[in-house]
Amino acid sequence: MTLSKQAKHDFDAAPWSGKTKRYDIVKEGSVAVAFVAIAAIVLSLLMGSPDEAPLTFKGWAVSNADNFYVTAVQELAGTSGSATYGGPYNKASDGLNVGPLWLQKWAGVTHPVDTVNEFVIAPLSTQVMSTEIASALATWKAAAESQKHTWATAYDDAITKAEGKLSDVAPGAYGPVPALAKGLTDMAKGGALDAALLSQGGFFQTDNTKQILFFGDGSYLDDAGTEANLQGGTWGMMNETGRYPGQAWLWLYSFWYQIPPFNNEESAPIGANADAYIMVLMGLLSLGLILIPVIPGVKSLPMRIPIHRGIWRQYYDANGIKRRKK
Amino acid sequence: MSEMWTAKLRNKWQKNLPIEKLLPDDQPAYVVSWIYVFGVLTLAALAVIIFSGIILAFEGPAWYHISDSGLFVNSLHFWSVQMFFVFMVVHLWGKYWMAAWRGDRFRTWATGAIAFVASIATAFTGYLVQTNFDSQWISFEAKDGFNSMGIGAFFNVTNLGQMLLLHVAFLPLILGVLTVIHVLMVRRRGVVPPIDAIPTLSEVGR
Repeated sequence: MTLSKQAKHDFDAAPWSGKTKRYDIVKEGSVAVAFVAIAAIVLSLLMGSPDEAPLTFKGWAVSNADNFYVTAVQELAGTSGSATYGGPYNKASDGLNVGPLWLQKWAGVTHPVDTVNEFVIAPLSTQVMSTEIASALATWKAAAESQKHTWATAYDDAITKAEGKLSDVAPGAYGPVPALAKGLTDMAKGGALDAALLSQGGFFQTDNTKQILFFGDGSYLDDAGTEANLQGGTWGMMNETGRYPGQAWLWLYSFWYQIPPFNNEESAPIGANADAYIMVLMGLLSLGLILIPVIPGVKSLPMRIPIHRGIWRQYYDANGIKRRKK
Repeated sequence: MSEMWTAKLRNKWQKNLPIEKLLPDDQPAYVVSWIYVFGVLTLAALAVIIFSGIILAFEGPAWYHISDSGLFVNSLHFWSVQMFFVFMVVHLWGKYWMAAWRGDRFRTWATGAIAFVASIATAFTGYLVQTNFDSQWISFEAKDGFNSMGIGAFFNVTNLGQMLLLHVAFLPLILGVLTVIHVLMVRRRGVVPPIDAIPTLSEVGR
């Protein structure tokens, strides 16, 4: 550091010894609070705030019973998004990675989710049900694990072959699986599944993980997100339901999802692991924000681009300080 | 006496942040731009956020779905958050273009920047505890990012109870402490002098 730089630093660091003016900090704070409070009151009275009612399993099963039914079969067969997710719900996949870092896998299974029993069998078991469903449930519970898997997988494959059109599914050895899926669909239609999924037979419960995961396995939640323009690929992260501003402060986070390679799931390794890479990127950028004062180039930009001339115009004019030549 | 921790702390506080600095009645004459207003406006918005948030906390997370007065208080919370971020971002950009970290003010900048990041985390958990469609959608979408880094193992965005507690207790505490430290640092060091300010000229004005 040259002497002049050191002197400049000392001057910037020392208490200001030049001209001062009166300043009432308490009054300034009070006026600011009053201003913001009044603005918030006016905006609240005029605009309200977003409050789109939550989706329900009843709404899903009533509006698109086939999709719910197929999803229930996938939960039994272990082919749904939740059943194949990996950590922290199960070990069905290794999850995402950043180069050699398999953080998702290494963090382990801390919120175990058993889609067969917790999404289908346990909720069904809480119900007073028809003889057909009760019999199917008894058959399922009495069967060996390998038999259960064979039934459910065969039915899931047959539905896939019929491209989801249930009326076109070929007859086969599906055991109690169709009856169980029908029973769960009827239960959802009646409105009993929402609470049964949450409580899992208990009383107090504040964890909605199972409900949210099951919801995401079908098309109901996804379609609602698309309709509300909330999909990540269309800046949905910073959008809000209705005509309200969303989390605009997430614009940079949202931005990466709009551009290659992040927006291409087929592009390995970054696009295929976009969630992980973007988290790392945003972590580094956040660190960069904190460290701006020591980053070469970025820290000297304010001296080169004379926006400060406008901010302190009066001071510069009063003291005859011209803009730097460099 | 001077060996006492209490005495040491008091002496250090009085040396670095006497009451005249904490509650000043004058300030440098160069502080005239509108850009200076956005720091205090951010604090004011935070005050309205905390006030409306406390009322919401007393009534519970589902109150505003079924009550007009609840919806009004929720709206106060919503709009004060929107204003908070607008003011804070303008404040942040303003401080960047002023290179406000000059003169041993790096920690002032850093605490402000960390508070900005903490604010985003706090607001995010707020969106998760609205108990409406937004919460369903955001928690389902957001879980993948956190899970991909292993963070989801202990920060479960689909767990309403956990998010609610973090939103009303832990994160506001962190943000509050950062904000207090940031403001105390601003008061201690004072407002950064203009870029290219000349010591001799400033002395002339005394």
